[in-house]
Amino acid sequence: MAKFKGAVVVNTERCKGCDLCVVACPYDVLSLSKDANSKGLNFSYMSTPDNCIGCMACATVCPDACITVYKVRNDQ
Amino acid sequence: MNIADIINPANLVYEKTKVMNDVPMHYCPGCSHGVVHKIVGEIIEEMGIQDKTIGVAPVGCAVFAYKYLDIDWQQAAHGRAPAVATGIKRLLPDRYVFTYQGDGDLAAIGTAETIHACNRGENIAIIFINNGIYGMTGGQMAPTTLKGMKSSTSPNGREVSLAGHPLNISELLAKLEGTCYVTRQAVHTVAAVKKCKRAIQKALENSMENKGTSIVEVVSTCSSGWKMTPADSNNWMVDNMFPEYPMGDLKNI
Amino acid sequence: MTDQNNEEVLLMKGNEAIAHAAIRCGCDGYFGYPITPQSEIMETLMELEPWNTTGMVVLQAESEVASINMVYGAAGCGKKSMTTSSSPGVSLMQEGISYMAGSELPCLIVNVMRGGPGLGTIQASQADYFQTVKGGGHGDYRIITLAPASVQEMADHVSLAFDLAFKYRTPAMILADGIIGQMMEKVVLPPYQPRWTEGEIREKSPWATLGKRPQNKPNVITSLALQAEEMEELNLRLQARYREIENNEVIYEELNCEDADYIFVAFGTSARVCQKAMELAREEGIKAGLIRPITLYPFPKDILKHYASKVKGMLTVEMNAGQMVEDVKLSTCGKIPVEFYGRMGGIVPSPDEVLNALKTKLIEI
Repeated sequence: MAKFKGAVVVNTERCKGCDLCVVACPYDVLSLSKDANSKGLNFSYMSTPDNCIGCMACATVCPDACITVYKVRNDQ
Repeated sequence: MNIADIINPANLVYEKTKVMNDVPMHYCPGCSHGVVHKIVGEIIEEMGIQDKTIGVAPVGCAVFAYKYLDIDWQQAAHGRAPAVATGIKRLLPDRYVFTYQGDGDLAAIGTAETIHACNRGENIAIIFINNGIYGMTGGQMAPTTLKGMKSSTSPNGREVSLAGHPLNISELLAKLEGTCYVTRQAVHTVAAVKKCKRAIQKALENSMENKGTSIVEVVSTCSSGWKMTPADSNNWMVDNMFPEYPMGDLKNI
Repeated sequence: MTDQNNEEVLLMKGNEAIAHAAIRCGCDGYFGYPITPQSEIMETLMELEPWNTTGMVVLQAESEVASINMVYGAAGCGKKSMTTSSSPGVSLMQEGISYMAGSELPCLIVNVMRGGPGLGTIQASQADYFQTVKGGGHGDYRIITLAPASVQEMADHVSLAFDLAFKYRTPAMILADGIIGQMMEKVVLPPYQPRWTEGEIREKSPWATLGKRPQNKPNVITSLALQAEEMEELNLRLQARYREIENNEVIYEELNCEDADYIFVAFGTSARVCQKAMELAREEGIKAGLIRPITLYPFPKDILKHYASKVKGMLTVEMNAGQMVEDVKLSTCGKIPVEFYGRMGGIVPSPDEVLNALKTKLIEI
């Protein structure tokens, strides 16, 4: 089991669905949603949240600063 | 542990820097400008210099940089940012002054201002976004457009016999005695973003040490201009831009 | 030598007077590029080394384009900044001047005019009147324009121009010519004023980019507004300010107009020639007067309109092909004949020539 467990919150209105976070995530956590935001853009979301370790790769490469990352030590 | 338990302020490890405001950026999806804006904002927040920093915005896609980062800004005429920054820094030597310019702005119309500001060793930081194209005006050929690279004014690819060679201006600037730090970076991977961030921070720090001009060239993508997806643009940049504009420090005194 | 007020009377060139006056009025930054006939301004500053006394920065730029943009940067910080040049160099600055007008930035630009078009000649001329008062760069804007006719006025207009520029947040220009710049006359230099402190700048110019204060929104200097409505709003604000300038800041000199049948209208060096021509005319019994606009923008149209119902004709004399004469005609609304006499290419008309022109164009017809 991974040492850390993470979760991300995507500001879906700010997200432009560029896909760079999806590509950058080493654990295939993220995908682009079939739903679109008010601008008609398919935002990113955690499709496999259990894989997230809070590594911040997605947020680091995000050009629109729309990803917030949370991380906890996995003691269970 | 479920997601709702993790998403708790106590577990926060990354959020948008407070120097960047909530105004949605006008850049196309995947544009490198956004990443560079973000790291500039993060550096300003981490260095605690929001009240001491004055940015100079260019003409080009980044013309609205001033809408997104909450610092004082001046918007310069096309290519004139290094002259504007000179005026600011000479009168306010204890402020952090940086320009943020694209390749058309810095290496075509503003070549004289760029070279002479660097040659005087103005104590400013220059952030130079090189995506080999004029993004704002719709994808025309830039001074840094690669040989054979297509643009709206070189629809069959840049022909050297007609349009000359791609301009490696950072190499030129590194030769000038006035520059102290010239480096070429990118923001296409996590590692690259972190390295680029360190480079821009160093450039800003240099500007207070009376060492001369620092230039951080960021080889960037323009997925709209290049007519590719953002992810493909990153790959294309690595395969095509990096050989012409190799990564790394050109000068570091 | 001292005058009655115990002020030191000096002998110097108009160009030198500009340099001395700039330091004395608390100018923060000078950015320029050499060009004849005004290079003495930067040379004098470099000799005086004001950075060691008042702290004023003096920098030789790589071009006039760079100079005006350095002025933009400094002015954006609320600093008193200036540049000086001559006609071809001022042409190069037009983009920057338009940006400064659009960004509502105060500054001083001095144009010591030489003959044009093109590279022209280094001899004195007044051919940049249109460029200056009608707006040489793009867009709807005006710049306050002062036309000195003596070395004393070169000195006095520096602080006047800065005062007006900051009062209305607009560039101001001293439009001199090669004669005024090069000739030596007596001058009493203005007293020293300290440079503004940053606290004073924050108070006088709260828009200045000195670094964002925690409690404030960022200050942004820009002339860009992609929304047409927003751009029109900026234009309306500028136009309102121009009307205010036109209502409040007109300056002119009037000589012997009360009983005049004919009035010369001229500025700068031409006005000095006309003053002599007026004296020669009076000696011959021709009742001539002189109106000398000191502000070319705002133009003294009211006084010209006033005399249009009193005199038989006006002769506008300029060292160009006839530029200000259009404004004289507009001001006098066709009530009287307005004629023009001018020389071009750097030639200064003689008083005899001017008197002769008055006779042939207005009297002996």
